[in-house]
Amino acid sequence: MNGTTNAATGGTIDVKAAVRTFLAHTEEHLVSYLEGCVHCGACAEACHFHQVSGDPRHTPAYKLFPLAKAIRAQKFPLSLIAPRLTAEDLREWEELLFDTCTLCGRCTTICPMGIDIASIVGIARQAFVKAGLGPADLLAAADNSRDLGSPLGVTAEKLRERIEWLADEYEVDIHLDKPQADVLLTVSSIEMMKYPTSLVAIARILNYAGTDWTLSSKGYEATNFGYLAGKTDVARLMIARIVAAAEAVGAKTVIIPECGHAYGALRWSGANLIGRPLPFAVLHISEYLAELKRKGKLRLKPFDEPVTYHDPCQISRRGGASGEARFLLEDFAKDFREMTPSGDVNWCCGGGGGVQAIGRAAALRHKVFKIKMDQVEKTGAKMMLSSCSNCRLTLDESRLHWKWEGGLGSLVEVIADHLIEDGAPAGRDAPAAGSTAPRAS
Amino acid sequence: MTLLDFARGPALETALAIFAFGVLWRLAALLFLPWPRERSVPRRSAPAILVGAAQSFVRHFWPRQPYLAATLFATLNSYVFHVGLAVVVFGMEQHILFLRSLFGVSWPNLPGAFITLAAILTLASLGAALVRRLTHPVLRLISTFDDYLSWLMTFLPVLSGLVAVNHLWLSYERLLALHILSVAAFLIWFPFGKLMHAFLVFLTRSETGIFYSRRGSVI
Ligand code: SF4
Ligand code: SF4
Repeated sequence: MNGTTNAATGGTIDVKAAVRTFLAHTEEHLVSYLEGCVHCGACAEACHFHQVSGDPRHTPAYKLFPLAKAIRAQKFPLSLIAPRLTAEDLREWEELLFDTCTLCGRCTTICPMGIDIASIVGIARQAFVKAGLGPADLLAAADNSRDLGSPLGVTAEKLRERIEWLADEYEVDIHLDKPQADVLLTVSSIEMMKYPTSLVAIARILNYAGTDWTLSSKGYEATNFGYLAGKTDVARLMIARIVAAAEAVGAKTVIIPECGHAYGALRWSGANLIGRPLPFAVLHISEYLAELKRKGKLRLKPFDEPVTYHDPCQISRRGGASGEARFLLEDFAKDFREMTPSGDVNWCCGGGGGVQAIGRAAALRHKVFKIKMDQVEKTGAKMMLSSCSNCRLTLDESRLHWKWEGGLGSLVEVIADHLIEDGAPAGRDAPAAGSTAPRAS
Repeated sequence: MTLLDFARGPALETALAIFAFGVLWRLAALLFLPWPRERSVPRRSAPAILVGAAQSFVRHFWPRQPYLAATLFATLNSYVFHVGLAVVVFGMEQHILFLRSLFGVSWPNLPGAFITLAAILTLASLGAALVRRLTHPVLRLISTFDDYLSWLMTFLPVLSGLVAVNHLWLSYERLLALHILSVAAFLIWFPFGKLMHAFLVFLTRSETGIFYSRRGSVI
């Protein structure tokens, strides 16, 4: 495992820095959670990693052990006898806290004590990074975000070039750097590089609805790998860039594209990270589209294919917006089939919480996908839609790995494909631009 | 001073004092920790804070449908010993008399045979919990000294009480003394280990409820 750890500290593990960071976070809820755990093991049943590996080390409660140990070791009178946290502990738990937790929150829904493990893992990651640990690829994604503006190296210049190409190729107006706009749209670089038709779809819908919107080269990247990699300074910087961009154009609303953790980072943690309320409303694109639908601004041709919806954890369970996607699909997807379970108790895709960016975690991720395959197959749906490009990428990679024939699609792209243009059928879009057609195995 | 005098007198009094101060100290130590300031705007449809806390508190009493099959035995078993403990502690005549001497309030007791049955079920259920802890791979890995000691501290008072009431093996007086001493040990250990979950559950479930319900999520 050493070979994959961060080389930032020359391979040495700074246990004291980890302990300092743990102790700096001894807030009431965190310590109550740690002390309240009755070690009943129920959480193992809810965690997809334990479910597919059967490895007891993947039990959510076990992931918290180093943090609990560090706190015990400084609490009088326990401090007199309690063992200290060691470099060996940190080395062993690195994989558990980064590769085998997607911060999905599912274990919270089973825990009889109601302990929110995901919140604690998020904090524990910060301590591990301070100690000089953490998967190199995930940390590099955070550093790229800081230095280049995006984890995948989409600089402001590249963004402009790509937008020009997309606007030209798909004949759609994509607004960049308008001086003023009601709505600031952000992008996910996963979409920009892997699924650029997603941005095209959003632009089409916003133009269709007459929204006054723009992208901004000052703050465009919605993903927040600082947040996922436990690098709070980078997390804060990414939020600050969007805030500055929104303030510069006078936006009242910031739209997060199809990305789950980006939504969580800005909508629920953004204000806490920058230490002041956000001067705008934050809406995930599914929430914004639901608003357009409520206002009667989204007229859609029926979508007849048997379809199901994968809830991105950070939008549904941890985001509170599971109802919005269903509202969008209501009366539109004529053959919508719900997976069991779904909504707030959905199974995670296996790639959230930055795990998608961790190369060495791929084998386990693929195993997790089998849960999803099974769920979709039971519904008989031909396509699984989602509204998170990170889920989509994870599912897509695993789909290829298993040569699975089910289709994957983006909620936004499917909606864009079915807009009714002024009474005429919207036939000019390429068929199923929002879907990844099943490949022959 | 006989063993019973010691148990009834200084032992139990000290244990009660440690229990009361320990619980207060532990709760105060938690509640005086910093509370993070929440600056995000709650979802418009979010319930009031107390409603969100209460909903979560109630919801976590029973596993949700997807988890029911996997957790049914452990859940039912834990209900058996929690309810069994409550029945024995608060339903037995001698306990009610003791609690009246402490708090000045009393209530009708349950029949002795019923208490005996509850105690036997509680012991069986605690036994099953221990076997599970010792054999289930997940539980074996995550169980600590604290878990086992807390188990023992709960098991002994029920066992010694049952033995005393039925006058088995030793003189009643000696058995009663041992029972009271085991209760004293339970009270002394309570604030320092996992038994504290009886109080912490109010904090953890409610705080999670507040965290998720303001986002609009049902957890
Ligand atoms: S948050 Fe999700 S991935 Fe992490 S331990 Fe809990 S169930 Fe497992
Ligand atoms: S379900 Fe909750 S109380 Fe039980 S072991 Fe997991 S975190 Fe601890």
